[in-house]
Amino acid sequence: MKNCMLAGVGGQGTVLASKIIAQAAMKEGLSAHTAETIGMAQRGGCVVSHVRIGEDAFSPLIPKGTADVVIGFEPAEAVRCLPYLKEGGAMVVSTKAVQPVTASLSGCSYDAQGMLAFLKERVNRLILVDGEEVCRQCGSAKVLNVALLGAAAKAGVLPMTLKQIEDTIREKLPERFLSMNLKALAAGAEAVTGGKMQ
Amino acid sequence: MAKQLVMGNEAIGLGALRAGVGFVCGYPGTPSTEILETVAKHNPGDVYVEWSVNEKAAMEAAAGAAYAGARAMVTMKQVGLNVASDPLMSLAYIGVKGGMVIVVADDPGPISSQTEQDTRHFARFSKLPVFDPVSPEEAFEMIGDAFDYSEKYQTPVLLRPTTRVCHGCASIEMDQSRKKITPEGFLKDSKWVIFPRLTYQNHKKVEARQPVLGEDFSSYRFNEVTGGGKKGIAAGGVSAAYAKEALAQMGECPKFFKVATPHPFPERLALSFLEGLDEVLVLEELDPVIERELVYLCGKHHLPVKIMGKLTGHTQNAGENSTESANAAIRSFLGLLQEESKQAPLPSLPVRPPVLCAGCPHRASFYAVKAAMKGKKAVFSGDIGCYTLGNASPLDMVDTCLCMGAGVTVAQGLHRIEPDAVNFAFIGDSTFFHTGIPGVINAVYNETDIVLIVLDNATTAMTGHQPHPGTGKTMMGEISQKVDIAGVLGAIGVGHVAKADPLDLKAAVAAVKEAAAVKGVSAVIFESPCIAVTKPGPTYAVDAEKCTGCKRCIRELGCPAMVLENNKVKIEPSMCYGCSVCAQVCPFGAIGGEAK
Repeated sequence: MKNCMLAGVGGQGTVLASKIIAQAAMKEGLSAHTAETIGMAQRGGCVVSHVRIGEDAFSPLIPKGTADVVIGFEPAEAVRCLPYLKEGGAMVVSTKAVQPVTASLSGCSYDAQGMLAFLKERVNRLILVDGEEVCRQCGSAKVLNVALLGAAAKAGVLPMTLKQIEDTIREKLPERFLSMNLKALAAGAEAVTGGKMQ
Repeated sequence: MAKQLVMGNEAIGLGALRAGVGFVCGYPGTPSTEILETVAKHNPGDVYVEWSVNEKAAMEAAAGAAYAGARAMVTMKQVGLNVASDPLMSLAYIGVKGGMVIVVADDPGPISSQTEQDTRHFARFSKLPVFDPVSPEEAFEMIGDAFDYSEKYQTPVLLRPTTRVCHGCASIEMDQSRKKITPEGFLKDSKWVIFPRLTYQNHKKVEARQPVLGEDFSSYRFNEVTGGGKKGIAAGGVSAAYAKEALAQMGECPKFFKVATPHPFPERLALSFLEGLDEVLVLEELDPVIERELVYLCGKHHLPVKIMGKLTGHTQNAGENSTESANAAIRSFLGLLQEESKQAPLPSLPVRPPVLCAGCPHRASFYAVKAAMKGKKAVFSGDIGCYTLGNASPLDMVDTCLCMGAGVTVAQGLHRIEPDAVNFAFIGDSTFFHTGIPGVINAVYNETDIVLIVLDNATTAMTGHQPHPGTGKTMMGEISQKVDIAGVLGAIGVGHVAKADPLDLKAAVAAVKEAAAVKGVSAVIFESPCIAVTKPGPTYAVDAEKCTGCKRCIRELGCPAMVLENNKVKIEPSMCYGCSVCAQVCPFGAIGGEAK
C-alpha cells in the first residue's frame, strides 16, 4: 500500500491533484481511496487530501507516521503534516509561502525559510520546488497543483510515472484546461531535473 | 465494467438510481450536498429532482411521492433533520407505500456544522430503522438495501453516512443496471390521515415492529461478528474502519462486532458477540449509541460483561475518531504498550481561520453597515452561510449566529430587551427562503424595530452554488419564475425596502443609514453575485509610489488578496477579483484598476 498526502490552503487545488493520483493508480488496476476537506475550510483554511493506493487500506485517513510522500503546497502546511510522513518518506514542497490573512493584519508573517530549514533537518528526501517561478512560466497561479504532481512524479516519489500522470490528465481534464495543465506538469518536472531544485 | 473513482455521496446517489429511485429532493448542507447533485447529473430522464426550499418541505414532498408508490429519497445534513423533525415524527406513524429513504449526513468534528448531534438518536426517537455505512463502497450497496427494507416494512428508513464516508472517494465497480419501479399512484385511504385514534393504533404496530426488525437485522449482510477471545470490540460507521486498521497495525484480532444498523439493534447478533466475553470496548463517533445498547443488553440478559467507551471515559466523547485514537484506545484496552511518538515537536504554525474570499461581495456589505453605524450602538445578528465568516477580524460583524433563519428573530429578542440599540439581522438569499420569511413576518406583526440586511449573491454559496427560489433555475434544468425577495418583503408589509450594490460603497452606506433611521422593520437588499458564479473583473494593483503603507485597506477589509511587502501593500493578482472595494477605501488613491 502507498499513502500520499497533499497539504495546502483552501483554493490551491489539492482535491484535483489527489483525484489525478488516485485515477492514475486505478488505470494501473490498483484500488484507490481518497479523503478530502470540503466545506468551510475550503475558504482559506488548512486543507489536506489523503490518497491511499492498494487493497489493504481500511480507513479513508492516512494514519500518522505512514505517508510515503507528503506534497506540501506551501511550507507551513508541509510542516503541519510532517507527523504523517513515515520514516524515510519523501516530501515535495512548494517554497512559496501562503501567508494567512491574520499575518497581514497583525503585521507578523510566519517565517517560511525557518519552516524549510526545519524540514531540511528532518526529511531525508526533500524536494523543494520554486512554485512561484513555475506558475509564472505557465502564466497562472492555479496550476501549482499539477506542477507539484509533475515534480513528485519526476522525482520518482509517487507510485506512478510522469507519463501515467500525464495520460490521466489528458483523459480526465476538460479540453479547455488541458494545454495549460500539461505545460504545468512539464514545468514541474523540469523544476526537478533542470537544476531549479533547491 | 470498469471501476470508477466515486465520492461516498456520489455512490449514494448512483446507488439510489440503481435502486430505481423516482423522486429525489433535499436542501444543501455539508457534508450531504453532492448526493442530490449526483442524481441530477446522472438523471436518466425519468427521475424528478429538486432542491426544496428547506428540509421540512423536502421531507413532506418525498413523503407524498412515496405515498403514491414511487421510491423517494430526501437528503440533508444533520441539522436539517431538526428542521424536518415535525414531518419525520408523524411520518413514522403513518408510514409509506413506495420505498422512502431519508439520507442524513452527520458531521463528527464538526468539520462544517453547528452541532455534533447524532442522527442515530433521531432513529431511536422516531423508532425508524437506520443504516450506518462504513465506507463509500458499503454506502453504494446500502442505499439499495434501505429502499428494500423501507418497502418490506412500509416505513421510511434513515441512512446516516458521516463526513468521512460522504467525502471519501473509493474505486467502485459500477453496474449500470436499474431497478424498474412503476408507481401505482395514490390510492385514497383513511390510513394517510393522521388522527389521535390512528396514531394510537399505529403506535402499537410500530412498537411490535421493533423487535421484528432487530431480528431481521441480526442477519443483515453488513452486520457481522468475527474473531474470538475474552475481549471484544464493537464499532459502527467509519469507526469500524479505524478500528480494523488499528488492529491490523498491531497484529491483533479480538472478537469484533461491526454494527451497520444501530437501530433497531440487532439483538440476537449482539448476544452472540457478547457470549463468553469479559470486556467490550466500543468505538463510535458522536454519542454512545451502540455502547448504551450493549449496556442495556447486558442488564436485560444478566451478562457479566464490562462495556467500555464514552460513558466510562475510555474513549473521547467529542470530535471525530481516527486510526490513531482507535489505536490508543485499543492498546489500552488490550493491555498493550502505547506507541511512543518519535516525532520532534513542530515549530509554531500559522493559524488559518477560514475567511471570505477575495472579492466576496459580503465583505463590502459588512463594511458598508459597519461604516454606517460607526459610533452608534448596534448589534449585528448573523446567520448560516458564507457570511458567517463576517465574524472574522477585521470585519467583526457577526455578534450572534445560532441556526438557519435565527438571525432575524434573535435580533427581535435582543431589541426588546435593549431598545436603544439598532438591531441588524444579516441573512443570505437561500437562508431567507429557507426559514427567514416567518421571522420577518414576526417582526412586522409584533412591530419590532429591526434592520434586515439581505445578502443576495444569487446562489447558495457555502455548499457549492446550488440554485434556490430566487435564482429562477431548477435541478431539472428548467427556468422557473424567480421569487423576488423585495416583492416578498413588500407583501409581508415591510415598509422600507431598498436595494443597493454593496460594491458601490458610498451608495451602500447611504442605503444602510436611511434604513436604520426608519421606525419599524426596514430592509436593504445587497445585490451582488458570488464571485464563483461570475466572471472576475479587471484586477486592481497598488501604486507603490502613492502607497504610504498606512495599511488602512488591510486593517479594515482583511481581503486575502492583500499582503504587506516591505511596508507597502501588494495585491496578489491571481486572487484579485476586481471588486474595487480596496480602491474605494484607500485614502491616498493608491489603488487603481486594471493591473499594469
